[in-house]
Amino acid sequence: MKAAVLVFPGINRERDMARALKLISGKEPAMVWHAETSLPSGTDLVVVPGGFSYGDYLRCGAIAARAPVMNAVRDHAARGGLVLGVCNGFQILCEAGLLPGVLMRNAGLKFICHDVHLRVERSDTPFTRGYNAGQVIRVPVAHGEGNYEADEETLKRLEGEGRVLYRYCSAEGVVDERYNINGAAHSIAGIVNEPGNVLGMMPHPENHVEALMGCTDGRGLFAGLVAHLDRAA
Amino acid sequence: MKARVTVTLKSGILDPQGKAIEGALKSLGIEGVASVRQGKVFDIEVAGADRAKAEAALKDAADKLLANTVIENYRVEIV
Repeated sequence: MKAAVLVFPGINRERDMARALKLISGKEPAMVWHAETSLPSGTDLVVVPGGFSYGDYLRCGAIAARAPVMNAVRDHAARGGLVLGVCNGFQILCEAGLLPGVLMRNAGLKFICHDVHLRVERSDTPFTRGYNAGQVIRVPVAHGEGNYEADEETLKRLEGEGRVLYRYCSAEGVVDERYNINGAAHSIAGIVNEPGNVLGMMPHPENHVEALMGCTDGRGLFAGLVAHLDRAA
Repeated sequence: MKARVTVTLKSGILDPQGKAIEGALKSLGIEGVASVRQGKVFDIEVAGADRAKAEAALKDAADKLLANTVIENYRVEIV
């Protein structure tokens, strides 16, 4: 798997992401500066990592979404290339118009930084094939603006087309407002675009990939991507 | 030429920041505040003297960057 990790000023999870990608795919990802106008040739997966690009000025992700490299990401996505946005990366993909909706301030107003449980809604996608449908995984979140919102029509389409891949839930997999940490519509933690090759998610699977981290539940996402690309090759 | 772009949340969009400010105003004892919605104001110096051109450019700016039209409305004024 040839991965490219985008680097914007103010991003701070790019090295965690690169480490996870190297660990699971065995291949060092390319780090691509925001001012670049193209991606390394043969890039299979573009990762937009987490952090606080441009200090969250204007709106979280708004400035990064207009950076030169994003045109190359748009072209990559239009060709069917895989794109993964985590945390600030999810916000950037929404602002760039690659995913519908918007990440609003957490309903409880607090920055949330702890482990959460996610229910994997289906396993037949490149981003979830390392898991079973209905499986519960534990991964950390660290965000102040993760409250996913979209208009009714968009939410209906996301649900109808099975595009919600990850949802906040209890340790037993129960989806309920009690476990909806940030007030997101339909407890949405991660969605894909219509063709299914662009995923945005608030939690950080890259931070649960080694025993040292106390949990390896995040590995499945990356292992699934590697398996998907191996099969396609 | 001076211009102002005002960006506000669409009605029906939850505004937790506005709610927090509303709570703070109430705790200050300021009376008669029924509700608060927070927005943004951009004061922009526009080169040239063509009003229509400036308005069109600022509308473009608001659509492309200043506002997220999924959740926000905007108003362009040449002042």
